Order: sequence, then C-alpha cells, then structure tokens
Amino acid sequence: MSRKAFTRLLAAVSVGVALTACTGNTAAPPAGQAGQGGAKVANDEPGEKVVIGFSAPAADHGWMAAITNATKAEAAKYSDVELKVVEGTNDVNLQISQVETFINDKVDAIVLLPFDGAALTPVALKAMKAGIPVINVDRQFDSPFAARSTVLGDNYGMGVSAGTYVCDKLKGKSDAVVAEIAGIDSLPLTQDRSKGFADALRECGLKVNNRVAAEFTVESGEKAAANLLQAAPRIDAIWNHDDDQGVGVSAAIKNAGRKEFFLVGGAGSANVMREIKADNGLHKATVVYPSTQGADGIRLARLAVQGKSLGDLVEVEIPRQVELYAPVVTKDNVDRYLPAAFES
Amino acid sequence: MSEDTATAPAGAPPRPRASGVTTFLASAPGRNTGLVVALVLLCLVGVATAGDRFADLDNVLTILRLASVIGVVSVGMTFVVTGGGIDLSVGAIVALASVWATTLATQGMANNSHWLVVVFTALAVGAGCGVVNGVLIAYGRIVAFIATLAMLAAARGLAEIISNRRTQIVNVPGFTAFFDASVLGVPVLVLIFAVVAAAGWVLLNRTTFGRRTFAVGGNPEAARLAGIDVRRHTVLLYTLLGVLCGIAAVMLIARTTTGSSTHGYLYELDAIAAVVIGGTLLSGGRGTIAGTVFGVLIFTTLSNVFTLNNLSISAQAVAKGAIIVVAVLLQQRLARRSTA
Repeated sequence: MSRKAFTRLLAAVSVGVALTACTGNTAAPPAGQAGQGGAKVANDEPGEKVVIGFSAPAADHGWMAAITNATKAEAAKYSDVELKVVEGTNDVNLQISQVETFINDKVDAIVLLPFDGAALTPVALKAMKAGIPVINVDRQFDSPFAARSTVLGDNYGMGVSAGTYVCDKLKGKSDAVVAEIAGIDSLPLTQDRSKGFADALRECGLKVNNRVAAEFTVESGEKAAANLLQAAPRIDAIWNHDDDQGVGVSAAIKNAGRKEFFLVGGAGSANVMREIKADNGLHKATVVYPSTQGADGIRLARLAVQGKSLGDLVEVEIPRQVELYAPVVTKDNVDRYLPAAFES
Repeated sequence: MSEDTATAPAGAPPRPRASGVTTFLASAPGRNTGLVVALVLLCLVGVATAGDRFADLDNVLTILRLASVIGVVSVGMTFVVTGGGIDLSVGAIVALASVWATTLATQGMANNSHWLVVVFTALAVGAGCGVVNGVLIAYGRIVAFIATLAMLAAARGLAEIISNRRTQIVNVPGFTAFFDASVLGVPVLVLIFAVVAAAGWVLLNRTTFGRRTFAVGGNPEAARLAGIDVRRHTVLLYTLLGVLCGIAAVMLIARTTTGSSTHGYLYELDAIAAVVIGGTLLSGGRGTIAGTVFGVLIFTTLSNVFTLNNLSISAQAVAKGAIIVVAVLLQQRLARRSTA
C-alpha cells in the first residue's frame, strides 16, 4: 500500500445512470438530472477520439455489476469515447492478459479496477511505460508509478462514518451493545472498514461487542446474522458492511423476530435507501461507497488523453488521486443519493 | 481423506450383492457412536463457553434451521456417493433453481403466480439438472467428477445470465410466510429436513431402490450381472439429488427472501464433508443417512459455538479441518469395535 494522500477531494459524483432493474418494482430515475454532479462544462465538448480499455472483476454482486453498468453508460454519453470492455474476471492471470491485449491494441487509455491491486501492478507499469495512461479504480496498485490517476472509495472512512453515526444515535448509552457484520474478512478493504468503525466507536467510549464476517452474498449474510442474533441476546446497533448481503441479514432478523436495535448499511443500495426513506424498517442509515468510480475513471481517462483538466480545479492537469467521500445516508438526505444508488 | 478406508477391516468388505447384514451395519446405531461423541463434546464446549445462550431453545432451533438447507442436499449426496458417484454441481444447481424460480416470481408473472409455481419450478430445474448429470455419466460414459464439474460451471453461469447477476427479491404473498412458520414450535424448514432425512433413511435401508444403490456402488459389474439396470439406476440417483437440490433452493429462497446466482456457494464441499465424516464410503457401496445428518449437525453446531464466542472465521476453518480428521478417526475406531 502506498501512503495515503491526506488531501481529500470531493469528486462530483455523476448520476442519472438508469440501471435497468431485474426486479421490475422500481422506477428508473430519469437520466441526466440537472443540478446533480457533473454539470456541463467546456470539458464536455467533443474532442479528439479516445479509445479506452476497461477491465474489472466479475460482476458477481450488485455493487460490482453497478460499477460496470455505470462505466458503460458514462462512456456512451461521449461521442468521442470508444470503450472496449472485456468480460469481468476474478482470475488475476486472465485480467493481466486482458491488460496486455489493451497494450498490444495500442488503446489511448486504460481504466482498471483490479481484482487484486498488488497482482496487477506490474502490467499496469508496463502500460504506463508504453505511454498509455492508466486510471486505477477502487483497489489500489502498490506502486505510485503504475497509474496516472487513482479513484478510490474510502473504506476506512466508511467505517468512521458508520461508527460516528452509531455514536450519535446511542449518545449516553455507555453499556450499549454494538455488533458488526463484516464482508469477506481476508480483503484489505474489509479490514480498513472494520478499523475505521472501531476507531470511531472508541471516540465515544463504545466498542464492537460482537463481530461476524459474511461473504458479500445474501446467503452468507443470512447465516452470519442468524448466528450473531443468538450470540447477542440484546443489541443496540448493527453495522453491516454491505447492502447486498444486507438482504440476507434483514431476512435473518425478520425470522428471529428481533426489533430492539437499528441497522446501518454499507455501500448504499437502492432497496436499502428506499427502506430508509419509508422509515418503516430497521435500516436507519447506510454509508455510501460510490458505485460510480468506474464512470469517474472514464471521465478522467478522457481528460488525460485530451490534455484537459478537471473543470472545477485551477490545475492544468488532472489530479493524481481522487478519494471519494463516504457520506451517511439518512431519512433527511436520502433523496440526494437515491438516484445514484445501485440495485442489489 | 485416506483411501485405505475402503480396504480397512472396518466392517464387512463391500460385497457384490448387498446382504441384509451390510444393510443392517450401515444403519446400525453402533456405526455412529463416534459422531455422537463428537457432537456431544461440541455441545459441552458450547455450554461451557456460552452457557445459557447455547443451551437456549431459540439457539438450538437456529442451529437446526441453518443445518436444514445443506442437510437436505447432503441426504441426496449420500445416495449418489453410496452408489459410487460424486456430484460437484449441487451448489450451482441450488443457485440455478433459486434464480429460475424467483425469476418467475419477480418478473411478469409475479403478480399472479401462485407460490406453488415457484416451488415446482425449482423442483423441475433441479430434476432437470440431475437428469443431465446422470445421462452424461451413465450413458455418455463421462467420469462423474468431470461431468458434474461441467455442470457446476454451466449451471452457475446460466444462473448469472438469467438473473443478470442481480439478487431477486421475492414478495409472493404467503410463500415466505409458509416457510417461516412453525408447527408445534418447530420451524417448517426443520420439519422439511426431518421428513427428507427420514424418507431418505427408509429409501436407502428398507427398499429395493436402496439395496440396488448399495449393489451398484459396491460392484457395478456384479450388479449388472445380477440383473440391475445400472445405467438407469445411476440416472435415478443423480435425479434424486437434483430434486433435493430443488427443495434446498426453495428453502433458501424462503430463508433469504431472494434467489441469487451466489446461492449455494461451496455446498458441494460441505455436503461431501458431511457425508464422509458420517461414515459413507467415498468409493461407494456403503452409506448411512443417520451419519450424514450427524455430520451436518456437527459442522453447523461448530460455527454456532464459534460465533457465540465471538471468534474469527479463520479459526473456525482450522477447527473444521481438525473436526473432519478427528471425527473420521473416532468413527473408524468405534465402528471397528462395534462390529468386532
């Protein structure tokens, strides 16, 4: 891991990605709403043609599917962008050869969400050496030379946001029981989230009393939550890292007939946000982990190739790193985030 | 897993034709002493470390509910393994059946599709996959390991295509309500598991179908000479397992309110592990439903005890490995003693 940049930039989150939902019970938001992020600026004028190669892990859960869909939709908005999308894969070897193919095809830029940042670093370096700017998304390379620009979600910040919200809600309850349902425990991103959560709770004298880990899938969420509810007869707050597995967590809670706590979600799926909006369930908040990072990668790649900079910055070049904020979505501000949310 | 269990003098060697003796031994309580000891030890650890929270009725029902889905699959796996086969595609079949059924429940037909449609779709998809597996193995002469490996890939891929890798949430009225209900305090899911296990036990130990299964697994050539249609029987075994995967898919839909291409992840390994520590021979010819049920309960109880004590998933995985070895060793020692 390279040292984290301390400067935080709030990236404008582009919205209006009408994700076609399978569930068929949601109205797709109207595309391209004004006043949301990504206002029209001179940068949007068509420039020289840019061929961008995009590779990401397999879309095996809602958030990752949303990343890929939003990326394709963003590229389609620009007449001067041609996007080459390869089939998402969790096989590191295959992903390396995908990037090698991009290099051989002499694309103008590569947007890469690596399955494993460290494993994809050498081939990203190779692309940079060949003069192809690489935009690194979500999972970081371990060399600063491997990418021209990096778009990151803030996993540690997610934990901090969740922990701070829980502290606020449980004000003054020193004996409060806080539980955590993590995602895949072997991933650095899960460890970052848990660390942020624990650090934020420590600030108000609370701690994680019960912690279980699931695997980002509905079924694993149900299993982990069912056992957790037995382990802790009384709980005041639960933070669940991931809204995809949250569907299973909610099912387990319903089966157990428990109601004495509130739930904080993670990632920010549309169905959890609708529950927050309706205020009729246990979800009182969720912490956004933007699924539009790939889309922002496309914009940055295009600007890098065309020699433009970010519209609202004074700089001549696009920044080295954009770390996205992890806001807490509650009933009060849910309407701002719902249009950009992804469907589980 | 040691290969020499097949040749170890643990009970009678598999015979060309299963005699009543082998059948009796396979179901004799003595066979499962080791497993019962292991399960009791686990429960004692649970009571010692988590006391009232472990020995609580709610917690016991939670363990049973978590064991139900994988339990139903494991019962079916017992038949296939006893018949000398193996099925690596059970998890993928569960995923495909769950997705196919929930697609009907969540798309166009949702508003007027009766929940029975969901149930029968899942069963039909499971049976269909089982038939394909069986035909490829019995008539296509493809090794079971390879044929079901192909099904593992194809079924999960198809599930991803149908669901577009989305979690499909079901709101069919009455459907989840039925499965979440309890009869006399016992959750419906647990009852289903109990019925499947009991029916499986009868089928394996008290019927011609069961005897043929032992025969086919023990020595297919001898079984053929004895007049058993080995190929047809093989197809039936995989179909039975497929149907049980369909039932498991319905249970999973009810439990999670969703169908998803990620359902049933690694079920094949959990089911095979439960079957093997239960005392069913991986080489075929000997099988025990009761042993399998104990095997499933041991794994589920293990994860429950670990969660109650707030221990990590990684430590749980290590313990799981140790339990498999200890249970199999206990099983062999005690089984030898009980048949000596």
